Amino acid sequence: MNIHEYQAKEIFRKYNVPVPNGGVAYSAEEALNVAKSLDSNIFVVKAQIHAGGRGKAGGVKIAKNHDEVTLFANEILGKTLVTHQTGPGGKVVGRLLVEEGIDIARELYMGIVLDRQTGQFVFMVSVEGGMEIEKVASETPEKIIKEWIEPGMGLQAFQARKLAYALGLEGVQVREAVKFMFALWNAFSASDASLVEINPLVVTGNGHVMALDAKMNFDDNALYRQSEILEFRDLSEEEASEVEASSYNLNYIKLDGNVGCMVNGAGLAMGTMDIIKLYGGEPANFLDVGGVANPDTVSNGFRIIMSDSNVKAVLINIFGGIVRCDRVAMGIILALEKVKVDVPIVVRLAGTNAEEGARLLANSDIDFIVATSLAEAAEKVTAAIKE
Amino acid sequence: MILVNNDTKLVVQGITGSEGSFHTAQMLEYGTQVVAGVTPGKGGQSTENGVPIFNTVQEAKDKVLANTSVIFVPPPFAADAIMEAVDAELDLVICITEGIPTADMVKVHAYMAGKKTRMVGPNCPGVISPGAGKIGIMPGFIHQEGKVGVISRSGTLTYEAVHQLSSRNIGQSTCIGIGGDPIIGSNFIDLLKLFKEDEGTDAVVMIGEIGGTAEEEAAEWAQKNFTKPIVAFIAGTTAPPGRRMGHAGAIISGGKGTASDKIAALKAAGIAVSESPAGIGELMEEILNK
Repeated sequence: MNIHEYQAKEIFRKYNVPVPNGGVAYSAEEALNVAKSLDSNIFVVKAQIHAGGRGKAGGVKIAKNHDEVTLFANEILGKTLVTHQTGPGGKVVGRLLVEEGIDIARELYMGIVLDRQTGQFVFMVSVEGGMEIEKVASETPEKIIKEWIEPGMGLQAFQARKLAYALGLEGVQVREAVKFMFALWNAFSASDASLVEINPLVVTGNGHVMALDAKMNFDDNALYRQSEILEFRDLSEEEASEVEASSYNLNYIKLDGNVGCMVNGAGLAMGTMDIIKLYGGEPANFLDVGGVANPDTVSNGFRIIMSDSNVKAVLINIFGGIVRCDRVAMGIILALEKVKVDVPIVVRLAGTNAEEGARLLANSDIDFIVATSLAEAAEKVTAAIKE
Repeated sequence: MILVNNDTKLVVQGITGSEGSFHTAQMLEYGTQVVAGVTPGKGGQSTENGVPIFNTVQEAKDKVLANTSVIFVPPPFAADAIMEAVDAELDLVICITEGIPTADMVKVHAYMAGKKTRMVGPNCPGVISPGAGKIGIMPGFIHQEGKVGVISRSGTLTYEAVHQLSSRNIGQSTCIGIGGDPIIGSNFIDLLKLFKEDEGTDAVVMIGEIGGTAEEEAAEWAQKNFTKPIVAFIAGTTAPPGRRMGHAGAIISGGKGTASDKIAALKAAGIAVSESPAGIGELMEEILNK
């Protein structure tokens, strides 16, 4: 799960990770009130969307007085920001973060992620703050310094000191940075975060270490024990059809193509998307209906696939293991009594009772295109699109 | 065959839950030796199919000689269940549970270091050695005894590949679902090492997917150390970056973990890669007939 920058900064404050003073605003009026409450004569107005690259897209402005705060708030609120992370459609700005301006001496980078190879969380710092960290990692990997966290032990002071010295910090700043890193580690581990990134982490003009930006992602598997974090979820940032699908316990991701697909299992669902592309089609979605493809899950699946007006044909690919194909076939037939699907439907059933399933489909009143192999299914569904 | 054989004596952790009891019946029907179940508080009872239930894994080991465990315990308690099996020094623990928090698995991973027990999973369909035993949730009947090993990060996509093999009369020695999570007990290399030494395995199917770098590492290792033929498929060529494709570990992040990188690494190591998920069996058939 992703959250907004201002929410990540709320978490930071709770754990004593230093951040600029500021607050969230949903209107220009609120933005002005936040600015008035700050003891500063320079302000930063930042668009709050779940994507990076906001600055370049015009979503971050420096205001030199209260009038400019109002001006920029009006300009940014409601605007559609297109960044390298939003996709071509962009994202509409509904919230702003208004903060005091900070006098910056140095821009650094700090992050914590999971290292899949070692099975440990890893602290990363770099003097290349403000840059795209992926770029630094691929072009100058030696500029990223890492310390792996021993599970059960947590961050150790010597590790934090090593990182602080690697950032070129001196004197009292080292002590401050060590304190900062302990606070950040506490915020990360207590909230079951999967990623935290501070880019830039700054040294201020008067020598203090501060998180100018804040990005946090969380482990979806741990949300059951993170009720406070779950309250930060902003449904307006998510695709409406994906939110609906998750309420039915379906795993759905909307894509840009025109072949809808419904599959059991994540790997086979990805494989089905791939084979559609290989046969000249474009998948409209990823949809994993899970192990039990019963009438309810199938009809909900149809409803969500068909809510995308780009869909010109649907491919259902079920490998019956524990779930029997004749039951799945019944489920598909019953679902189509509830949901109107006016595009060709190609069904491929394999595994347990596949032949009975195919017979049920063939004998029904609905005009299915039945396929026996995965390749045949892909061929038939891409042919159906072209007709 | 590797991991599961005729000496495998299974304990089912979470045997009285709905998943645990259903799949216990399925595994017994396949002929797997299920010698015990564990549900704390229900020790002394037995299941409908006559499997004795114990309070702890240690008791199951001491009293009925269980040497392998399969876990159907719900996510909040699954990490603890794995550590209990490791503490009892079983040979193998296979964790089926999907949805275990990453932080819990980080602890499990550290706890297992230097211990005797091997883990497969979590978030996996399990391990089957056709004819000898089935541990997990895969449909037994699609498998056939033979000499091709299968290692896969997926569930149903593995069944698809096995189905393609069996329908060409290519049997399997052992099929392992290694799991779709970012932290797993056994990776491709761990299992290739076992297949390398296994006389009952002539070739291996490797099914990977986007996310992480396990396939790239396996390709590099196999080039230097593995002489039996490998056929690979990578799922997720069309997956968009930054989105979790069902499995917690199937995500392209920071430009890493793309299907094209993995395919390139496998090909560079001389491994045959099927472009299509429908072509895995055919490609293996071609290679075996050479």
